[in-house]
Amino acid sequence: MGRYILRRFGLMFIALWAIVTITFILMMAVPGSPFNNPKLTPTVRKQLERKYGLDKPLWKQYLILLDQLAHFDFGISIRERGRNVNDIIKERFPASALLGIEALLYAVSLGLAMGVVAALNRGRWPDYVAQVLAIIGASVPNFVVAAFMQWLFAVKLGILPIARWGDFKHTILPAFCLGFGTLATMTRMMRSSTLEVVNQDYVRTAKAKGLSSAEITWRHIIRNSILPIVTILGPLTAAITTGTFVVERIFGVPGLGRFYVDSIYNRDYPLIMGTTIFYAILLLFLNFLVDVAYGFIDPRIRLTRGKEV
Amino acid sequence: MITFRPKPEDFMPVTLAQHEAEALTRPPISYWQDVWMRFRKNRLATIGLTVLAIMAVMAVIGPIISPWDYRTQDYGHFNEFISSRHWFGTDYLGRDIFTRLWYGTRISIFIGVMAALIDLAIGVVYGGIAGYFGGVLDDIMMRIVDVLYAIPYLLVVILLLVVMEPGLWTIILAMSITGWVGMARLVRGQILQLREMEYVLAAKSMGTPPKRIIARHLVPNTMGVVLVNLTMTIPGAIFGEAFLSFIGLGVPMPLASLGTIANEGYQVLKIHPHCMVIPAIAISLLILSFNFVGDGLRDALDPRLRQ
Repeated sequence: MGRYILRRFGLMFIALWAIVTITFILMMAVPGSPFNNPKLTPTVRKQLERKYGLDKPLWKQYLILLDQLAHFDFGISIRERGRNVNDIIKERFPASALLGIEALLYAVSLGLAMGVVAALNRGRWPDYVAQVLAIIGASVPNFVVAAFMQWLFAVKLGILPIARWGDFKHTILPAFCLGFGTLATMTRMMRSSTLEVVNQDYVRTAKAKGLSSAEITWRHIIRNSILPIVTILGPLTAAITTGTFVVERIFGVPGLGRFYVDSIYNRDYPLIMGTTIFYAILLLFLNFLVDVAYGFIDPRIRLTRGKEV
Repeated sequence: MITFRPKPEDFMPVTLAQHEAEALTRPPISYWQDVWMRFRKNRLATIGLTVLAIMAVMAVIGPIISPWDYRTQDYGHFNEFISSRHWFGTDYLGRDIFTRLWYGTRISIFIGVMAALIDLAIGVVYGGIAGYFGGVLDDIMMRIVDVLYAIPYLLVVILLLVVMEPGLWTIILAMSITGWVGMARLVRGQILQLREMEYVLAAKSMGTPPKRIIARHLVPNTMGVVLVNLTMTIPGAIFGEAFLSFIGLGVPMPLASLGTIANEGYQVLKIHPHCMVIPAIAISLLILSFNFVGDGLRDALDPRLRQ
């Protein structure tokens, strides 16, 4: 177990290093610089470049970058005058995180429940409802869902705020749209996973022993069918995190996702780099947690690497 | 009660000539014919394929049969609703939505298919080599894949779009730069199983070079799984492009994909809902049909369902 965690951790760092290097190369390969404004005199441009360390040779810039990152220092934004990228992330991230957590919680819990109910009622109406929902969630882009929800709940019914950020009421629509795709995936996976378990011999044995159906469902079916679901939690959290780019824009949420997209428009390279790496760390770490958790939940999985198939 | 007692003379040997005994009772069908037959029995998959075919045909002929061009503005007819002059109305610049819709479908399908084909080409070669040779080479190649797999793809895509010239091929490159990883893993896993088969041993014993074994014996046998993966990658790429379009990183003007058209429609959603509803339905239908076809294909190919 210890060795496995160590190995995954190492892999995570290599991936992170790869992202930093790729990002660095990509950014340096672009012609021009953030100070391309023709109004700037050469002297001023030189001074600005010196201020942001862009006058140094590339390898030195790269080493400085790595050194900064080792101290979790993402540098200073170019567009947001003199502001630290760290401060910007600190200010912007909580709103995104709140939306993400709300979306993940409702999507996972509701998705699991719907998947189980659908599988246990196979071929009856709850199954069809769940399947139709899963199909819609898998094929309708989240910005379409968002637009529809805004129209329905804010314009037609007028019971929820259409956009902006404030109390819990403002989080309902964005969180719903953010988690909708995940809800669909979750329902679909849980349904097929449960269907496989339902036909197992030990479920028949449990029935033959005369256990109540509630007990069979809880102790024999769900416990076993939930296992494969844990593996897709990593990609799902990633989907939710990147989903914030769109949802925050539509609902005017002052979160990091929207800010990230804006920073791309502004070509604010330190900010793009800092936010990319922040997201990369976040996603890699979540994936790492999920993988380790999977090992704990299912002891049958050989964590020490033998021969892979 | 009459009981029937069989007597020896009730039985007689069925004398069939050798060729009669071995005659085929029904015409032989190939593997892919078999798959096609099972695919056709799946109602949803057939509907998906039909819708897909209609949309593909419309993507080709739609812009041709319409009297309008996808980029010409009809001055004085901005944000117009569905009419006989403009079949699906016009957008905020007075451009014909019917033409733009099918033009956008063309671009979206093109992006999806090209991205999937690039994934396929790289993934099959990479996974095939890693899986066949195994050992240290496989280990190194798969660790590289692990690292790439751990990188959140959207971050790379967005970064690439920031630094490269916006354009159709930039989007396709961005979609496939991390997309081939999944395909490579899949092919490698399949090849690992297939290379232990007797026919591979037979080929080896006859001195077939590895290149030929991979190309002729291993890769063709992975095609079923690869095909299913392909039908899932195409909607993934279309979805991804729509997503990028919506945050403003899609194909640049005057090109239009379904994503960019929906995004433009979203700006005027409250006043002219049809500008967004029409492209939104088209995207959803397109992805839905691809998913149905993919599901149907997987069921048709799944050996566990075979009798």
